[in-house]
Amino acid sequence: MKAAHHPIQRPRDAKLLVVGASGLLQYAPRSELAQFLRRGDLLVANDAATLPASLAGIHLRSGAPIEVRLAGRRSLAVDDLREFSAVVFGAGDHRTRTENRAAPPPLHAGDTLALGPLKARVLRRLDHPRLVALAFDGTPDAIWSGIAQHGKPVQYAHVTQALALWDVWTRVAARPVAFEPPSAGFVIDWQLLHALRERGVEFATLTHAAGLSSTGDPALDARLPFDEPYHLPQATVDAIDAARRRRGRVIALGTTVTRALEHAASRGPLRAGDGLSDQKLGANTTLRVVDAIVSGTHEPGTSHYELLRAFASDAVLARADAALLANGYRTHEFGDSVWVERSADRPAAARTRRLHAAQVSRPRARAESSRPAVPLPRMRSPQ
Amino acid sequence: MSNPLQDLRVAVTGGTSGLGLALVRALHAQGARVAFVARDAGRVQRVAAELAGTHGIVGDIASKTDTHRIALQINAALGGLDVLVNNASSLGPVPLALLADTECEELEAALAANLLGPFRLTKALLGSLAASARERRRAVALVVNISSDSAVAPYAGWGAYGASKAALLHLSRIWSEELAEHGVHVVSFDPGDMDTPLHSLAVPDADPASLKRPADSARELLARITAEVAA
Repeated sequence: MKAAHHPIQRPRDAKLLVVGASGLLQYAPRSELAQFLRRGDLLVANDAATLPASLAGIHLRSGAPIEVRLAGRRSLAVDDLREFSAVVFGAGDHRTRTENRAAPPPLHAGDTLALGPLKARVLRRLDHPRLVALAFDGTPDAIWSGIAQHGKPVQYAHVTQALALWDVWTRVAARPVAFEPPSAGFVIDWQLLHALRERGVEFATLTHAAGLSSTGDPALDARLPFDEPYHLPQATVDAIDAARRRRGRVIALGTTVTRALEHAASRGPLRAGDGLSDQKLGANTTLRVVDAIVSGTHEPGTSHYELLRAFASDAVLARADAALLANGYRTHEFGDSVWVERSADRPAAARTRRLHAAQVSRPRARAESSRPAVPLPRMRSPQ
Repeated sequence: MSNPLQDLRVAVTGGTSGLGLALVRALHAQGARVAFVARDAGRVQRVAAELAGTHGIVGDIASKTDTHRIALQINAALGGLDVLVNNASSLGPVPLALLADTECEELEAALAANLLGPFRLTKALLGSLAASARERRRAVALVVNISSDSAVAPYAGWGAYGASKAALLHLSRIWSEELAEHGVHVVSFDPGDMDTPLHSLAVPDADPASLKRPADSARELLARITAEVAA
C-alpha cells in the first residue's frame, strides 16, 4: 500500500473500507463513518494525548549526539516519572529510515544524557544495546516542562515535514501518555461527535499509552507491542454495560482501545481502574467486548494486522487486503481506514455478567519484572 | 454537603498577578488542584513556592507554539482538567491609544492574547474538559473567559482591548451553544474595574480606593465557579 505522506488528520478524500460480519466489503468516503453506526451503538476512543517523545541530545561520556525516543512508563500516574524505558539512536533524525539509523554509543548504567533542558541517567540496559531504562533529574513539574519545551513528536521517514504536537493530538486528546499518536482517533472531530449524538450513538473514552510502532531493529520490533498501561473510567464501563443491555454494538476506535478493553475483560467483569495490557491479540483471541474495530490500514505481518485476525478470518482479510491495494487506499498513521466487524462465525465470549470475578491487573511492580516497564511499540512494516 | 472546590482541577492563565493570582490563592485555599500559567519564569517560581502543591507553568498564551506545550503540562500536572479560566489579557497599546492611532501590530497583539490565546488553549484542552464531563466529576466541565465592560460598551481609547474582548465574549456565546451537548459550559465573567497591574497601565492616575480589590473579584468568581460545577 502507498504511505500517506502528509500529516493531515482528516483529508477530504480519506477512504473507509467496511468489512461486514458476513465478510461483505463496502467502500465509502470516511466522512460517512457515522452512517455505519446505529442507534444504541457505543464508540470508544483512546483519549491519550501524544508526548513529544523524541529528545535530541548528547551522551556525555562519549560526547556523541543521540536521539532518545521515550517508549514506556510503568503507569499512567502523572507524578510517576521516575523511570522511562527508551530506544536510543545515534546521530541523525527521523528523515533517515529507522532501519538505517546509526547505533548509539555503548550505553552503560550510570551514563548521563544531556537532553536540552533535561538531564537523564541510564539506569540499566534492557537486554538490547538500544533499549534502556532511564531516569530524569528534577521534580515532576520540571520534567514535564523539559519534555514539553524540548521534545518533538516521534516520526518516521514517510512524513518529511517536521510534526508539531497539534499534528499528532487527536481532537479528544487529554492526558499526555502516548508515545505515538493513537492515530485511529484522527477520524474524530466535534462534528462527528455531534453527528453520532444525533443518531443516538454513545461515545466514551479510555486512556491507553500507545507505544512506539517501530524501532527499525528486527530484534526490538519482534518484542512489540510492549506492555502498555491504560485507564478505564467508570463512565466507560457503565456505557459498555448499557450498550450490552440494549443490544448495541461496542465499536473500538483503534488497536489500543481493543487491547485495553479485551485485556480488562480477560480478567473478569469489566471494572474501572488501571491496567497493563500485556497480551498479544490474534487469530486465537476470543473477543469479549469489542464487536467491531475502526483502524488504520495495516499490512500482513504487523502486530496491528495480527490483531485484526481476532475479528475476521484470514480469507476475509486477504480479500480486504486485495481491495485496499486495488483501490489505492493509503497506509500509516495519516492514511485511510478500515472497519472490521467481528465475523458472524466468531461469536463473542459470554458477556460480562457471566464471567468469573477477577481484578483488572495493576501495573507490575518493578521487582516483579525484568521486562521494560514500558509499553512496547507495535511494529510498522518497512516502507 | 462537601466542598465542590475540593480536588477540583483548575487551570488559570495569567496566574501571577492581579485577578489571576488572587484566584489561584483562593482556589488553593479551598483545596482545589491548581495549575497556573504566566510568561515570567521568576514570578511563576515564586508563586508556586508560596502556594505549595500548585503547578506553575511558564508560557505565553499569545504564542501558537506555546499552546500545546502549556496544555500538555496542565494535563500532566492535574491528570486532566475540570475548569479552565482564560484570564491572561493584554491591554493593547500602552499608554492607551485612540483606535485610529493604534498600530495594526498592536491590535494583532491584543487579539493574539485576548482572543486567539483563549481559543487555542480551550481547543487544546477540550479533550480533557469533555472527559471530565463524561466522567461526571462535577455537574459540568467549565471554561471561564474573563471579560470586561469594554467588551460591551464602546469606550474611547480602549479600541484594541475592547474589540478583542468583544470578540472573546461572542466566541464564548457560540462555544456555549456548541459544547453544551458535551457537558462543557463556557461562560464569561466581568470582574469589574480592579486595582491590578493591567488597570494601572491603562489608567495610571486612577485612585486605588475607587477600584475593586482583586481578591474581592476572585471571591465572586469563585462563587460563580462553585455554582456552575455544583449545579
